[in-house]
Amino acid sequence: MTLERCGALWGRAAYFRREARVGTYIIRRFFLMLLTLFGISLLIFTMLRLVPGNIADIVFNAAGMIDVAEKAKLEKELGLDRPIPVQYVEWVSGLARGDLGYSYVSEKPAIDEILPRIPITAKLAGLALLFAVTFGVPLGVISAVKQNTTLDYVLRVISLSGLSLPSFWLGLLILMAFVAYFGAIPIYTNPPKGFWNTLWLFSIPAMAVGFRSSALIMRLTRSSMLEVLRQDYIRTARAKGAPARTVNYRHALRNALLPVVTVIGIEAAFLMGGLIVTETVFNIPGVARFLVEAIRWRDYPIVQNLVMFVAVVAVSINFLIDLLYAVLDPRIRYAS
Amino acid sequence: MNTKLGALALVTFAFATLMFAQAGEPKHGGILRIYHRETPPSLSIHEEATFSVNTPAMGLYNNLVVYDQHKPQNSMGTIVPELADSWSASSDNLALTFRLHQGVKWHDGQPFTSKDVKCTFDLLQGKAKDKFRKNPRKDLFNNIVEVTTNGDFEVTLHLKRPQPSLIAMLASGYTPVYPCHVSPAQMRTNPIGTGPFKFVEFKQNESIKLAKNENYWKKGLPYLDGIEFTIISNRATAVLAFVAGKVDMTFPTEMTKALIADIKKQDATAICEIGPINVSTNLIVNRENPPFNNVEVRKAMALALDRKAFIDIIYQGAGDVGGTMLPPPEGVWGMPAELLKMIPGYGDVQKDREQARAIMTKLGYGSNNPLKIKVSTRNLASYRDPAVVLIDQLKTIYIDAELDPVESSQWFAKVARNDYSVGLNLTGNGIDDPDQAFYENYACGSERNYTHYCNKELEALFDKQSVETEVEKRKKMVWDIDKKLQEDVARPILMHARSGTCWKPYVKNMTIMSNSAYNGYRYEDVWLDK
Repeated sequence: MTLERCGALWGRAAYFRREARVGTYIIRRFFLMLLTLFGISLLIFTMLRLVPGNIADIVFNAAGMIDVAEKAKLEKELGLDRPIPVQYVEWVSGLARGDLGYSYVSEKPAIDEILPRIPITAKLAGLALLFAVTFGVPLGVISAVKQNTTLDYVLRVISLSGLSLPSFWLGLLILMAFVAYFGAIPIYTNPPKGFWNTLWLFSIPAMAVGFRSSALIMRLTRSSMLEVLRQDYIRTARAKGAPARTVNYRHALRNALLPVVTVIGIEAAFLMGGLIVTETVFNIPGVARFLVEAIRWRDYPIVQNLVMFVAVVAVSINFLIDLLYAVLDPRIRYAS
Repeated sequence: MNTKLGALALVTFAFATLMFAQAGEPKHGGILRIYHRETPPSLSIHEEATFSVNTPAMGLYNNLVVYDQHKPQNSMGTIVPELADSWSASSDNLALTFRLHQGVKWHDGQPFTSKDVKCTFDLLQGKAKDKFRKNPRKDLFNNIVEVTTNGDFEVTLHLKRPQPSLIAMLASGYTPVYPCHVSPAQMRTNPIGTGPFKFVEFKQNESIKLAKNENYWKKGLPYLDGIEFTIISNRATAVLAFVAGKVDMTFPTEMTKALIADIKKQDATAICEIGPINVSTNLIVNRENPPFNNVEVRKAMALALDRKAFIDIIYQGAGDVGGTMLPPPEGVWGMPAELLKMIPGYGDVQKDREQARAIMTKLGYGSNNPLKIKVSTRNLASYRDPAVVLIDQLKTIYIDAELDPVESSQWFAKVARNDYSVGLNLTGNGIDDPDQAFYENYACGSERNYTHYCNKELEALFDKQSVETEVEKRKKMVWDIDKKLQEDVARPILMHARSGTCWKPYVKNMTIMSNSAYNGYRYEDVWLDK
């Protein structure tokens, strides 16, 4: 066997070892994800039962009366009188079978209540994220490249206002402006029909939400870019005569993106379940508003399953980001 | 020539028709769009105790009798027949017989008969095989011994004692007739009625949709093709939606004086009405534990109240001072102003407070040694805001109070456990009738008698006024009872709030009830002039 052949075999073996390491990395992350979800299920189930009152309390409270016998009957009917561990096991085994139980309030299958709301929130979150990334990343790069210029100052003020303005206030201002100048109001009263109608209905609240996210992404991109632009390899790239565009976008941005990707992931997870105020102001019947209402009614099947859904989304996004890290940063790939 | 004459006649006819239509001839068609302030718990009126349910659900049902939907003040004189064509009382007033309208059908096509009426009262009294999940008004019908039917179209309510105001309870939006053949569970999720509108869908946090009942037994009604309630929980968004024309009407009695001014500024054509809703803000005092087991402390507290200040601060003057019963002119049974002034705490505030301070000093309290208490209330703005004003007023008589906001779901449980010293509460009355107000809130052992006030002598007077058939005579008896309740500091009434409703000028035949927020939502002859 020649030395070259040996070298080639060694290289191949090293390649397979690396691949195997990446595979282990993915499997480990996946099992960590399952463990996290199990922890969340325990946490949400316990916390929900620690909150004072259950559906029976709320139902009678709404009627301004307490009828102990009728209340006990309702608790029995809904299975709330059984030991908490039994309730937990029943819920989790139901989840495994795809049976999410029945909403205590609407008395309909929880799946039928939850499923129609997910696409609504997904559309809003998707558009908001698109807006945030489309504006946040390029403006962050420009702000860093043009550091300490008038443009940089203007962009920093805009981003600061994006972070400071509460989204409900911004949302209301937008609605008031629409009513005052156009005599129309972009709120959800009926499911939109067609692509353009949907886009019109969701783009305004998406902008209200996306403004904050884009400000966050922009500031992070800027600081990350500034750090990278001071690195030796950027100086080297400039010294060898690479055009500014190539240096900024090919060499600097790719390396500056790691923390930005993390934040985009966190924002995506937040947008799927945290748009309570925006959904309320724009009257969007999405996941977050429904979740708050369900908590108010102590509608356990809805709250538990919705929180689990949001958790699955958040954990899955984190898992994808972990994978993306391995793609973007060879150090992570090799270290694993 | 003939053609010309014909054309002229046609034009004249068209013009006349147009003029007639403009003069107010109802038009058929259109969907009335109203915003709803919240997702109601269900659409089964009998199981709920909020007009968040009555507003969208009253159009699904009919009562035996109902308050005239176009007379704002509900009274015995405004009760009109509905499913009952007529009714009569026996000579001893112990039996009330209703002759029912024939040919009425439920939304699912089943015929309506006297059995349905019997089933409804059996359900309300817990005698039926099926049960309601909760039955908040079962006590109102305690006087009914039995319901009997005579054929398919006659039904008799047999009473323990004469009760003229029973008919008022039957006329309330809270007392629809339910079908025998539909279970209470189905009535919560997919209600079936005989009313002008049929249930289409109810999506939590989204909307409630009703469609015209094409086979409605009142010929030619309803005018509307349907009603759509869009649930908009954020009031600022809801007001903007109304101004922008996304909805035709605001949720009934949901607009404050300030909001109405804002709406009128943005849409001068909007029609807005403001009036009382028969909801009182009151104090509940735990008379079983010290120091409020001492009647003197309770009296001092009642003397410290400046009711006008509550109304001015919280409702910008849109409210009324009164006793248990809603004050006139909108209230039928409320005490007149001159009688109110005679009750301690309703006169000169400064003089009353002097007297209160004297009582407190005699009991050993003073500016250096104030009585420290907690004012508990539900953690909702409509409860919290008056509680804060109350705390400020109590300071003037050496009571140093701290706000104890209670999580909404725990409020009534806490009150039922007697786990409070002073509480601030809101009490809504489904009908403006003394029987409902007295028995529900002040009778010994009643579930809603939160303070456990129990005065057997006064309860005998409740019964006495209840059997009285002469309105003026009964009114005087009611005033005496109400005066005594205020003097006993049973549950001091702080104020009766007023609030408003707005609608677009093309919404016709809309009447807002002035002494109840629970009875005026049949909407069968509301029409849109579009």
